[in-house]
Amino acid sequence: MEFEVVIGLEIHAELKTRGKLFTWTANEFGGEPNTRIDVITLGMPGVLPVLNRKAVDYTLAAGLAMNCKINRYSRFDRKHYFYPDLPKGYQISQKDYPLCYDGWIEFDVNGEVRRCRINRIHLEEDAGKSIHAEGRDDVTWVDFNRCGVPLIEIVSEPDLRSPEEAIAYWRAVKEILEYLDVSDCNMEEGSFRCDANISLRPRGSQEFGIRTELKNMNSFRFVQQALEYEVKRQAEILRSGGQVVQETRLFDVERGVTRGMRGKEEASDYRYFPEPDLVPIEIDEEWIERIRRSLPELPRAKRLRFMEQYGLPEQDVIVLTGTRALADYYEAVAQSCGDPKAAANWVMGDLIGFLREAGRSIEDSPVGPEALAEMIRMIQDGTISGRIAKEVLEQMVATGKSATQIVEEKGLRQISDVTQIEAWIDQVIAENPAQVEQYRSGKTKVLGYFVGQVMRLSRGKANPQQVNALLRKKLDQQ
Amino acid sequence: MPRITLEEVEYVAQLARLELTEAEKRTLTEQLGRILDYIAKLNELNTDAVEPTSHVLPIRNIFREDEARDPMPREEALRLAPARHDGYYEVPRVIE
Repeated sequence: MEFEVVIGLEIHAELKTRGKLFTWTANEFGGEPNTRIDVITLGMPGVLPVLNRKAVDYTLAAGLAMNCKINRYSRFDRKHYFYPDLPKGYQISQKDYPLCYDGWIEFDVNGEVRRCRINRIHLEEDAGKSIHAEGRDDVTWVDFNRCGVPLIEIVSEPDLRSPEEAIAYWRAVKEILEYLDVSDCNMEEGSFRCDANISLRPRGSQEFGIRTELKNMNSFRFVQQALEYEVKRQAEILRSGGQVVQETRLFDVERGVTRGMRGKEEASDYRYFPEPDLVPIEIDEEWIERIRRSLPELPRAKRLRFMEQYGLPEQDVIVLTGTRALADYYEAVAQSCGDPKAAANWVMGDLIGFLREAGRSIEDSPVGPEALAEMIRMIQDGTISGRIAKEVLEQMVATGKSATQIVEEKGLRQISDVTQIEAWIDQVIAENPAQVEQYRSGKTKVLGYFVGQVMRLSRGKANPQQVNALLRKKLDQQ
Repeated sequence: MPRITLEEVEYVAQLARLELTEAEKRTLTEQLGRILDYIAKLNELNTDAVEPTSHVLPIRNIFREDEARDPMPREEALRLAPARHDGYYEVPRVIE
């Protein structure tokens, strides 16, 4: 039997506000355990949470960027469960009136456009962290630094039809949040993670099969592996006439398999009710418009525009729009030097390479876009050759000096003086009679050898086009 | 038909992590039933035209600005904990 895979994702992203969701303590990753806490984080009796306005702004931005509708009336609800990393005994979340609902995003899979609908985006508080007590089996250690950090949950519809598609969707969401600058999306630090619901059904069937849920994954590779494993596992069960058990499963990274979670048999009963400590939120048109106007150009729109406006191939555009900072940088270089292709090559190739070696990112590049554009213009007007430019750029990254400065200081100006080049050519011809003989007997491939020798004599500064032309002329003369 | 059964009391107790004796369960079933009966009086009213109340005060949109201030001294927080280890709260083992 042929099966169709049905996947829906619940993506959690921590928002990068300065303070926590309902209190003033800093929202920062890490730090000594329990150093970013206060009476509200700890849920002390008698304290009142107050909502951080910025967290609402960020959630609305995410919602609008993902084509969601905005609830004009929104509120928080208590979700009850006991776990040591949740000091109040409940999580403040949103159930009936999430801030955003009914959205969609488009993304590309193998050159085809796909669309995934978004059921809702709601705002809630993150929990603390339970840490395995080293060398002790009877206790767990708890750190509340992360407790109360604003978290959005982006719930997709079950529109994804393969593990590959699920990953592409997940990446697209990450990219959008990064462009909006509302979340770090740092998967290693756990600020961007997801749960996946997956089921199979006979191809052509309209009904959904029984699903399993894969919890708390924070790596693209692991999610893909876990989903692929589930596809295989469920298909085997169904083919042999069995039934998939609806359950939560965890991915065992080391063995590459998913396993049912033990001890969670009882169905959860969260006893949601409206959070009495927080008043409802009313969102008017003006608020929505203010957020809408603040949205940047989104990654997919930017890619399409770059291809169209700068005539770049898709592969280059994907690299250049990888982050908003890189895209902005590229665009500034392209516009300043007037040659989008050259700008793309220098940014993607040498600049990124040199920055990586220097352990820098585009955001703190010692070479600004205008400085790189200046260097490209020096190639355009023949002041330096492309080869020398590489060396110049390396120096620019290392020293932060301008191209002009480096060219002057190191005497790297390209030599286009015919007399000088001819003198070098004469010398090379005189020193290499055997190769001259070869050339004249028809093995014109040795021309490259001569060019190399002349460039070496000029220490790379001779204008390569001129060297080429003058060499040919000399060698063909006699 | 009682408002609440003994099984429901046991279920709610388990959700709230309460350990009840058989006698307590019986007492609570009876008492909770009376409370629910009392509340059920509201059903006698026609509330078709009344909006559900989630908050009693007509207040909306109370916010704090996004800023980070000094946290609570860790010592002050951990002092209240029955057990601690190296800056962590220590609790009975959680089954993962």
